Amino acid sequence: METRKGVPIFYSELCKGCGICIDVCPVKILEFSPEFNEKGYHYPRVRSGMEDKCIACRLCERYCPDLAVYVEVKE
Amino acid sequence: MVKSLPPSFKDIEPLIRIERLPTIWCPGCGLGLLLKTFTKAILKSGIPVDNHVVVSGIGCTGRIAGYIRVDSYHVTHGRAIPFAVGIKLSKPWLNVTVISGDGDIASIGGNHLIHVARRNHDITVIVVNNYVYGMTGGQSSPTTPHGSHTMTSPYGNIEEPFNIPYLAYSAGASFVARWTVFHDIQLLNAILEAFKTPGFALIEVISPCTIYAHRNNIDMLELIRFLRTRVRIRHGVDLRDVGIEHGKEIILGNFVKRANKQSFEERYYSLVKKVGGR
Amino acid sequence: MDEKLLKPGTYFMEGNIACAEAALLAGCRFYAGYPITPSSELMHHMAKRMPEVGGVFIQGEDEIASIMMALGASAAGLKSMTATSGPGLSLMQESIGLAAMLELPVVIVDIQRAGPSTGIPTLMGQGDIMQSQWGSHGDYEVVAYLPSTPQELFDMTIKAFNTAEEYRVPVIVLADKIIGQTYGRVRVPRVDEIRIVHRKKPSTPPRDYLDYLPYDSRELVPPFAAAGEGYRIHMTGLMHDDHGYPNLSKEASWRLVSRLVRKIRENAREIALWEELWMDDPDYVVIAYGSVYGSVKLAIKKLCSEGYRVGLFRPKTAWPFPGWRIEELDKSGVEGFIVVEVNMGQIYHVVREYVRNSSVVHIPSAPGYLPEPHSLYSQIKSVITR
Repeated sequence: METRKGVPIFYSELCKGCGICIDVCPVKILEFSPEFNEKGYHYPRVRSGMEDKCIACRLCERYCPDLAVYVEVKE
Repeated sequence: MVKSLPPSFKDIEPLIRIERLPTIWCPGCGLGLLLKTFTKAILKSGIPVDNHVVVSGIGCTGRIAGYIRVDSYHVTHGRAIPFAVGIKLSKPWLNVTVISGDGDIASIGGNHLIHVARRNHDITVIVVNNYVYGMTGGQSSPTTPHGSHTMTSPYGNIEEPFNIPYLAYSAGASFVARWTVFHDIQLLNAILEAFKTPGFALIEVISPCTIYAHRNNIDMLELIRFLRTRVRIRHGVDLRDVGIEHGKEIILGNFVKRANKQSFEERYYSLVKKVGGR
Repeated sequence: MDEKLLKPGTYFMEGNIACAEAALLAGCRFYAGYPITPSSELMHHMAKRMPEVGGVFIQGEDEIASIMMALGASAAGLKSMTATSGPGLSLMQESIGLAAMLELPVVIVDIQRAGPSTGIPTLMGQGDIMQSQWGSHGDYEVVAYLPSTPQELFDMTIKAFNTAEEYRVPVIVLADKIIGQTYGRVRVPRVDEIRIVHRKKPSTPPRDYLDYLPYDSRELVPPFAAAGEGYRIHMTGLMHDDHGYPNLSKEASWRLVSRLVRKIRENAREIALWEELWMDDPDYVVIAYGSVYGSVKLAIKKLCSEGYRVGLFRPKTAWPFPGWRIEELDKSGVEGFIVVEVNMGQIYHVVREYVRNSSVVHIPSAPGYLPEPHSLYSQIKSVITR
């Protein structure tokens, strides 16, 4: 069975480090990056080695209150 | 400064004042989700953007008017509803929405709430209920659940909260619904339904607040999970049963839809016609 | 629509009704109000007339709803008003501050009655002079007119709408029960004789909304874009910048608040109105306004006939107050100013601000009751013969 694949892309300058996307990801592939943005928030990144595990459910994009996540759906 | 939004939001980008992002709301606050859902609703409403007006009051929710690129008015505490009614009566072809918080609408604005429902004015009121006065540091509001801790109920709230859908319905509202900010698809459809309702429409939107979570020793993410999952959708339920209390699931749904109810504007303008004014 | 308005001619009209008709002639097409003695007749008349002229009438759930509805109507571009009395004006104060901050034109007619508090609802008062300017928190300037007859109430109502439109400020008409509920002769001019002012519109088209500045501080009074015209404006009661967006910086605070007061202060000499009688080098000047006027005139006439040199200065605007004229009189040899008001001292304090060389005396009166001419005559005489 083919599942969709996606790439979560984070607009770090909009992120407030709330962690909703990390919490809501059903395949648990997100974590906070050690980097932080201008406002001092740590923003998320895909966990190393999990890049091809994203199923493009887009819950992170949908539940981000700050319009800071975008999932590029791979065809 | 933010110059553009991610590609997934290109459709709503013209409706958001992106030069003012990021928003002033706390990390995790549900208001950002309402901003997305409401601007999507404007797009899908079929009503020209220039005919949309948003009026808000004071509080965190009230700040939403400043982020939406339509004619928007951020007025005094509790008084968004009469201001919105004044706009609607003057230009009845405009689609006027009030977006304000539980304290603004149901405490100081309570009198205006019951009268706008009684007169069945053709406007939509979205009351964002986060159970607390967030902006001012976390005081009790008329929707704080019994037993919750806030700055003005440090021993646990001894009061009962309003059942807002029941209140709006008994005052005369034509359309009443309740969703959370996480039920974005259902909320979007409820907003579209509210826009189409020829009379008073009220949608209660439950939203997580970091201040409320903090004062009640709940982790914000835990509160968010709660609002997403400890809910039950029951359209057309008896409104006496939708009060919010600890230990009970939050009842969501499109509760009331009263057809054949003339709005104030309909009645007023046919009176004007009869008397020869237009 | 002209045929629905009051025809030119001379009428014998109750002040409240004259005020309502004047508003309609000035282009007012939105009335929201709440019943309060002694203003209610004005509202009853609007309930009947507004539908006839195609305007909006609504009785609000309270005074706050009424003024806020009038402000919403103004935001939508309509000329709007409400009428009330002292207690109602007190309730409206926060909203008046909002009107000043958003720069929304609105007319509030205050048919004053005796206060404080519930007071004497059916008798006149002059107790709202201070609250009309200072009632809300923070710095802003309103314009307030002081009619003394039904004719003046009629004329000043039209003027009030024009002033509100020209300067984008809330304007208060400070009448009282006697002027509002007494019948008097009112001459209604022809429509083409009446000067009507409309708020200035934006000079750029709506499609340029991304660059439009609703509070462009390069102009003392910014042009006005109404709701629904496509300018996508934002208005907020928070301190804001030229974009209308909340801006709490020191720069924005100075720029906005100083402009709000400069709008009126820099135009005070155009806006302020007053009348002077028997002012040929007087020794004393009596200051009185509103319905006290008739009584005061009789008292002064008698004093003049006895050889005393007493003049009468009648302010027709409480705010801005024509203080520069008082200063001139003070420097020109007037020995004293005598302020006659039906209150415990309101315009009295404003007069004192401008007087350095002479004395200023206040003659108070029980709220509700016009001082009688013979009583005023004795009291003024005892001041000038001290």
